Amino acid sequence: MLRYLTGRLLRAVLTILLVITFAFFVLHLSGDPAMMILSADAPPESIKAFRAAWGLDRPLWVQYLAYVWNALHGDLGDSMRDGRPAIQLVLERVPATLAITVPAFLLKLVIGIPAGIYAALHRNSLADRLTMMVSVAGFTVPSFVLALVLVLVFSVQLGWLPSAGSDSAKSAILPIVTLGIAGAAILARFTRSAMLEVLGQPYIRAASAKGLQWREVVVQHALPNAAIPTTTIVGFMVGTLIAGAVVVESVFAWPGIGRLLVSSVSNRDLAVVQVILLLVAATMVTANIVVDVIYGWLDPRLRRSSHGR
Amino acid sequence: MGGKGRVRRFFEAWPPLTLLALGWIALMVIVAFGADVLAPYSFTALDLRARLHPPVLMGGTWTHPLGSDELGRDVLSRLIMSIRLSLLIAFFGTMIAAAFGTAMGFVAAHFRGKVEGVILMLIDFQASMPFLIIALAVLAFFGNNLALFVMLMGLNSWERYARIARGLTLSANEQGYAAAVRQLGASNLRVYGLHVLPNIASTLIVSMTITFPETILLESGLSFLGLGVQPPLTSLGNMVGYGREYLTRAPWIMLSPAAVIVLSTLSISIVGDWLRDRLDPTLR
Repeated sequence: MLRYLTGRLLRAVLTILLVITFAFFVLHLSGDPAMMILSADAPPESIKAFRAAWGLDRPLWVQYLAYVWNALHGDLGDSMRDGRPAIQLVLERVPATLAITVPAFLLKLVIGIPAGIYAALHRNSLADRLTMMVSVAGFTVPSFVLALVLVLVFSVQLGWLPSAGSDSAKSAILPIVTLGIAGAAILARFTRSAMLEVLGQPYIRAASAKGLQWREVVVQHALPNAAIPTTTIVGFMVGTLIAGAVVVESVFAWPGIGRLLVSSVSNRDLAVVQVILLLVAATMVTANIVVDVIYGWLDPRLRRSSHGR
Repeated sequence: MGGKGRVRRFFEAWPPLTLLALGWIALMVIVAFGADVLAPYSFTALDLRARLHPPVLMGGTWTHPLGSDELGRDVLSRLIMSIRLSLLIAFFGTMIAAAFGTAMGFVAAHFRGKVEGVILMLIDFQASMPFLIIALAVLAFFGNNLALFVMLMGLNSWERYARIARGLTLSANEQGYAAAVRQLGASNLRVYGLHVLPNIASTLIVSMTITFPETILLESGLSFLGLGVQPPLTSLGNMVGYGREYLTRAPWIMLSPAAVIVLSTLSISIVGDWLRDRLDPTLR
């Protein structure tokens, strides 16, 4: 187990390093930021001064090493737009993003998992078919369409909720519901197929055959085993808490990370985009490691084997 | 009895829902190919006297069956052009992903060792980052250019094909046939292209029915954010993004492209499920 975890940790560090490298090179090979920030007809002296000030006149690999070195010390550069440290700019937006993604995540769990379990236990019933139909919609309706339809109904037609902004707590409802519904549909589908897979196993029949109540079979044998694959998808959802709201935040003008990303991308604010990329990668990687630890706890086979998979 | 039985057998092989989905896909393909002939107006033609006309179903006239937008452009004509561009982008994106991913899978399975390690690491990396974030970074920093955008759509799901191709090739190499043709002196290209590929094709085709709708959603999402297809070109996502500004006054601008996106992705998923059951019952 320990060796397994060390391996995973090493891979996590590697992934982060890969993201830093990817971000750095993509962003730097893509064009001269001096030309973008100043206009193309700026005097050569000021372009030169700008490049010197941001270290853009050094060889690329020197810039890269300096970037990694600084990143390791928590210094991720300043925003080229307003001069403040990029990390500060990004961290300011984290609470707003979490304010909609965390409730949405809870909504997904509370609706998705029970619906999936219920559908699997009542296979081919009306409720099962309904769940499956809604969950197909969760895959095929893009979040911006769902968001706009909700706005059309609840803001334009009924006038119950604000269509955009973040002035009151009511503004958060539509973003949360948009994110939650789609996620719940996906989670229900995964939970259902995980449950069906487990219910088809011989040990379930054996447990029923030895005279256990169906309830006990489900609670003691089916649910713990179905929890293993479901954990993976839940872990992935935790990993996307920061990144998952790009489109929804843009639709609802919600002042979170996602909207900051879209605006920094159109402003070509290199430092801010890099910080967001790193933040996203770090959450994904952390969530993956947590999932691995939970696996070890859920699945005794993993705990005992020393070399993992 | 005989006639009835035949009808029932027909619908068992071709469920009505699948037929509807296939019909919708066929319609979309016809629209995409015949866009120039089918569009009643030029998609950029302005008619300032006919601004924000409602569609027929909302009390409008047949001059603009799906209504017109703020500049008096015909929504139906724009929709037809958008369907063409969105489908083209999704088609080429899916093809690039399938070709590149499958090739990477073959390479990994053929060379093993370090090469395989690197490819597996790239697969892990891709799977661990939400692609929308990567796409946003790449797109905005390289600027907007249709060719680059299509390439980017192709990068979206290559790892799925690579993983499948690698796994299936590894097991194919264990089986007799690959070794047999190799013994007969076939080149690697021949072994993988003519012998392994046809054997794993059905699984790859089923994967395409999963990645094609994903690509449509990714394209429309980026275009919706204003970071995908750029005006004067128009795609389904662009139309929804533009229509969002007129949500209160002219919801029809946004509703018809949104409906096309949903119906198309839904249809391809339904056909995909059906194909999976027919071609490859082992895949779930």
